[in-house]
Amino acid sequence: MTATAIDTERRTGPRQRPGAARRVRYRYAPLALAGVNIILFGVFFVWPGGLGLVYSFTDYTGIGDFDFIGLENYEKLFGDPTFYQSLTRTLLFAALSVPLMYVMSLTIASLLVSNHTKGKAAAKIVFFFPWLISPIVAGVVWRWMFGESFGFVNYVIGELGADPLAWQTDPDLALMVVVMAGTWGGTAFNMLIFIAALKNVPRAYYEAAEIDGANAWQRFRHITLPSIAPTSFLVVLLSSLGAMKEFAMVQALNGGGPGTSNTFLIQYIYETGFQRADVGYASAVSMVLLAILLAIALLQMWVNRRRAA
Amino acid sequence: MSTTTAPPEQATRRRPRRAREFTAVPLSLFMWLLAALYAFPLVWFLLSAFKPGSELFQYPLTILPEHPTVAGFEKAWDRFDFFLYFSNTLAVALTTTVLTVVASAMCGYALAKYQESRWIRVFFVCVLATTMLPTEVILSPTFLVIRDLGMYDTMAGLVVPSILTATGVFMFRQFFISIPDDIIEAARIDGAREVGIFFRIMLPMSRPIIMTLAIFSFQWRWNDYVWPLIVVGDERKFTLQIALRSIVGAENIDWPLLLAASVMSLLPLVLIFVVFQKYVMNEDINAGLKD
Repeated sequence: MTATAIDTERRTGPRQRPGAARRVRYRYAPLALAGVNIILFGVFFVWPGGLGLVYSFTDYTGIGDFDFIGLENYEKLFGDPTFYQSLTRTLLFAALSVPLMYVMSLTIASLLVSNHTKGKAAAKIVFFFPWLISPIVAGVVWRWMFGESFGFVNYVIGELGADPLAWQTDPDLALMVVVMAGTWGGTAFNMLIFIAALKNVPRAYYEAAEIDGANAWQRFRHITLPSIAPTSFLVVLLSSLGAMKEFAMVQALNGGGPGTSNTFLIQYIYETGFQRADVGYASAVSMVLLAILLAIALLQMWVNRRRAA
Repeated sequence: MSTTTAPPEQATRRRPRRAREFTAVPLSLFMWLLAALYAFPLVWFLLSAFKPGSELFQYPLTILPEHPTVAGFEKAWDRFDFFLYFSNTLAVALTTTVLTVVASAMCGYALAKYQESRWIRVFFVCVLATTMLPTEVILSPTFLVIRDLGMYDTMAGLVVPSILTATGVFMFRQFFISIPDDIIEAARIDGAREVGIFFRIMLPMSRPIIMTLAIFSFQWRWNDYVWPLIVVGDERKFTLQIALRSIVGAENIDWPLLLAASVMSLLPLVLIFVVFQKYVMNEDINAGLKD
């Protein structure tokens, strides 16, 4: 206590902030409290991140020595058609699933806060349930639904008199199933975020608009959407990052197939790094993916800030 | 933006009660149609798990099993070592959850209440960055770190790297920011030490966050695939998700076994959901994620 008093006196100056004394007093408490996470951050994020960056310039195979080969991995990468296929397929998946996810979660959230719908509590549980399902089991569920010769969907299509569709052997149809399964699994969480945001829009806005004669769509377009813009930003950001690192669900759904046509980036990294033991090359792919994720985040933040300004 | 608002139409100017009820029916129908779409894959899956193997692929398909059986479940239990994988997963999920809650609470408190330190603010940005730059992306180097630490194929390898979660830290930070500093000041005047204030006063206050994060963390760990995939090599140490993936990855998928084992793997989370529903679906706490 006395030490603090002395400190405060000594540090008194014209630009002194009121909390300045505390900075001296509580140096160890925050360190003790955050220490575990700081160490974990260093060991499991900074260390592998740094290693990845270093390895991406080497021909490391995971064991033994390695040589620095400069930018060779990156040069090989940008001339590698399988990498481009994987990259464009992942981007296509994100471009299809993020808007669908956004529309579905916002629609469902709006229905669940609407005054006009009945049975909201039960419906909310139904919509939330897929959150409990692991990506692996979700993949199995949809694989079972869309089995080519045994799935329910093809059975119904057959009963309706049409030819069964090649959900497993046609690359584009297989991607559609992945998009549906991803949306199904991801709706629950985004829906909760939207429900919270929708409940926070002041009711007075809607009442005023209704008196002015705005119809339901106009109220949604000009009141709801602008009011929940920060939440929309969050949902789009989280879903695009999630889509770019989709892996487990596809593993169970079709293993990135047919063939390698739906191999997304994480699977590509996994296969080059672990099955082909080409750690250097896999690290280079990782660095490219990190750059893409960072670019997505920064781009969306920039758009968000510009819209807010 | 509001300048584009259309001039009021006479017809919709006043919406009588009748019109409100008129919209209620189609909207409710629409909502329940969507709910049916969302529920159907799982209902179909669940019902199929009770069909005998011969019935699974027999046309015409029937919604309800004609001869309900639990043979698949018995097979999963006897021949698939379900209980081993189940207990492996449970041990990992429970241990990680406890450690995650404690570490996140401490870190979130430090980030909320010691913001005068510059490094605390820097570390907060670092924690946020982990959501942007997730570990899945740097699989190979992470694997090598785990190997070099001697954690390959150990329980520690499954638990320790998953303790730090940005979401958990963030939930606690948001909560502790909302607690007035006066409480801390009062405790300080009474002579309480900083760490004591946290454990005796602040941690008990954060019970709702503890519950929510515990449920979230348990779900993340129970359903996780990527970490166990790179950390575990020995089949006896597989978690459920890895074991399920090994059935799906087989040349000929044993569907009765796969369906039954998958359904059984859902039970713990369904149980948690039923018991702790108010914590899981509490959108106010989830909304804390966004700030």
